[in-house]
Amino acid sequence: MSHNFAVEASGLYKIFGKKPREALNKLRAGASREEIAGLGTAAVIDASFDVKPGEIFVVMGLSGSGKSTLIRMLNGLWEPTAGSVRVMGKEIAGIPASKLREIRRESISMVFQHFALLPHRTVLDNAAYALEIQGVPAAERRARAMDILARVGLEGWEQKMPGQLSGGMQQRVGLARALASDTDVLLMDEAFSALDPLIRREMQEQLVDLQRDLGKTIIFITHDLNEAMFLGDRIAVMRDGRIVQVGTPDEILTDPANDYVAQFVHDVDRARVLTAEGVMEAPHAVVQLSAGPRAALRVMRDRQTSTVFVLGPGRTLLGVVRDREVLDLVRAGARDLSPALRETAATVTRDSLLVDLFEPAAESPMPVAVVDDQNRLVGTVPRVTLLAALANVQPVITAENAIIAPATVPVDVITATLRATGDAPESATTSTGGHA
Amino acid sequence: MIAPMTGGWDRFLETGRVPLGEWVESIEKFVTTNLSGFFDVIRAIFKGMYDAVDTVFAGPPFWIIILVLVLAGLWVRGWKFALGMLAGLLLVVGVSQWENAMHTLALVIVASVIALIIAVPLGILTARSDTASAIVRPILDFLQTMPAFVYLIPALVLFRVGVVPGIVATIIFALAPGVRFTELGIRGVDREVVEAGQAFGASPGRILRQIQLPLAMPTIMAGVNQVIMLSLSMVVIAGMVGAEGLGTDVVAGLTQLNTGLGVEAGIGVVILAVYLDRMTAALAKPRQRRFPRKRAAAAQETPAPVAA
Ligand SMILES: Nc1ncnc2c1ncn2[C@@H]1O[C@H](COP(=O)(O)OP(=O)(O)O)[C@@H](O)[C@H]1O
Ligand SMILES: [Mg+2]
Repeated sequence: MSHNFAVEASGLYKIFGKKPREALNKLRAGASREEIAGLGTAAVIDASFDVKPGEIFVVMGLSGSGKSTLIRMLNGLWEPTAGSVRVMGKEIAGIPASKLREIRRESISMVFQHFALLPHRTVLDNAAYALEIQGVPAAERRARAMDILARVGLEGWEQKMPGQLSGGMQQRVGLARALASDTDVLLMDEAFSALDPLIRREMQEQLVDLQRDLGKTIIFITHDLNEAMFLGDRIAVMRDGRIVQVGTPDEILTDPANDYVAQFVHDVDRARVLTAEGVMEAPHAVVQLSAGPRAALRVMRDRQTSTVFVLGPGRTLLGVVRDREVLDLVRAGARDLSPALRETAATVTRDSLLVDLFEPAAESPMPVAVVDDQNRLVGTVPRVTLLAALANVQPVITAENAIIAPATVPVDVITATLRATGDAPESATTSTGGHA
Repeated sequence: MIAPMTGGWDRFLETGRVPLGEWVESIEKFVTTNLSGFFDVIRAIFKGMYDAVDTVFAGPPFWIIILVLVLAGLWVRGWKFALGMLAGLLLVVGVSQWENAMHTLALVIVASVIALIIAVPLGILTARSDTASAIVRPILDFLQTMPAFVYLIPALVLFRVGVVPGIVATIIFALAPGVRFTELGIRGVDREVVEAGQAFGASPGRILRQIQLPLAMPTIMAGVNQVIMLSLSMVVIAGMVGAEGLGTDVVAGLTQLNTGLGVEAGIGVVILAVYLDRMTAALAKPRQRRFPRKRAAAAQETPAPVAA
């Protein structure tokens, strides 16, 4: 069976109380949540979304907004009052209990807020629990559980009881149990909310790593916006049972759908949410190493900057050169730029958080270089861009204000030197021209 | 069955008195005439169980049983308890109540086991179904508040004099805490842990076996303790219908106004009560044995039940 989405929810309602049907009809006819309060609690109202395979989909909202109820309908722990849920293409609303158990064993597992480990079983047996239910032979499930426990960093703790572990470690067992089951979809209901902040951060990072390695589809519930922004490929914001916006973290942050979402994201620590990739500029002040000192000097003059990034084959970042040294090379008639090459003061990766850019930005007047995993220069973050992103104003980057490291050698001197040493006529400059 | 009841109804119209007792009697008459075969089978089973257990305890010389009981006490609770129990049990032998005590112990064990065989599944049922719980709860209230003597009357009629009516009355009287504690224990299991079982696709039976019962076990064991203690509190009443044991001598002491005899038999009841209570209370906290030092301070005794 082919399916484009790992999980599809459409028109989901869950109403607790004596008369859910009547409440449902009134809600559909346009009644508000408060108006039907006498008939029951509308925990989830008309929720629809699709989750792509391999995505981390975060559902975020204040306590009581219906997140837990929503996630429990995705694996059938709650039967929806109305609507449909498909997991890996299979409808699960209204199917017989035995079929539902089969889907839970094969397709969708869960991590709980308070870990929900079996306190009377060892860490190993807990991690193997889902496999035990699946009927995997003892030796094999032991081996697989050991493997996953090692992956989440619990090697050597297999024979301990859950009560002997710290909260963070217990939740690792909870995570291992869900991962060991080897389902495509992982539901996580406030999985890190009970942990203290440092452990929490560590777990978030580990989850992202595991997701990248294992390619699971994760639906993650949280009331913490920073956590949502850090983990989510996409985020659904819930309020009073309704999903009020679905979007990428950047969309939620920069283009909130309504005042509620805007208010919600107002307090977010942007430095810990936005990434270098999200704010970086295309790199302009660059020169190929093979282009030589004269080309480097020309870029410096045109950009009115004292330093440029030097690239090797395939745009790999080799380092930077400064105007004085390049000027000396040109005067000496050198053809090779390498003698002037210095190490780049600061490079960060695409997914570095802005908070990690402060230090490099403070240490060097150069824009912070953003490289990919093969050390290719993909962008730069000038200080002004960094500040604009944090202040949530649209940076107006012009050639003028982009100059972070102003030239230390006057333009006239550079032009004169190029003239004096140049044998060929000066090639056309790329942008804002130097005056001859 | 219907005819005598309507007869009672006529008299109600004449005298204004509700003929409840007559109805009960006519039901009893119906049961004895039509279901006597069934009750004979029950009687045979209970008698057989009692005789078997009684042979185990009253058969061998007293010192073998004392040795076993004291060693068990040593293993479960430690040397102080074992030493105290050794003294207590020797005292029972010293006042010539040993055989009676063993008959009583056999009765308590048989009645408790049967009560639990009924109570635990009933408790599981009431934990799972609110309807079952709503039906069973008032019945348990009724069974527990009805004076225990009342059970003796139909038990005597149905099972005749001897140990069996004693066992039956004891079972009915001691049933309630077994059901209540089982329900309480299972309903008290962390909802998230049960959800975890469900979320990984476990069947209800597996969740019951691997999650609910193990996690409810301390509470269920507290119920077991209560069942046993209530059973013990019934021995005197059982003695009245001819069940041999400590109760017989208490009753004899009462009828002959022989305080000495009554106290001697009473001491036996007390020693048995302390032994059974402390042993089952320890089993209700299974971890206590594994980490005796760490947990000892936190350990509390299960409160002793009301005396009969
Ligand atoms: N079993 C239930 N019975 C009745 N109301 C419930 C039940 N579970 C949740 N609710 C109500 O539904 C609403 C949403 O709850 P929940 O999904 O737990 O929110 P969240 O996980 O976002 O804190 C709340 O108002 C809550 O009181
Ligand atoms: Mg919740």
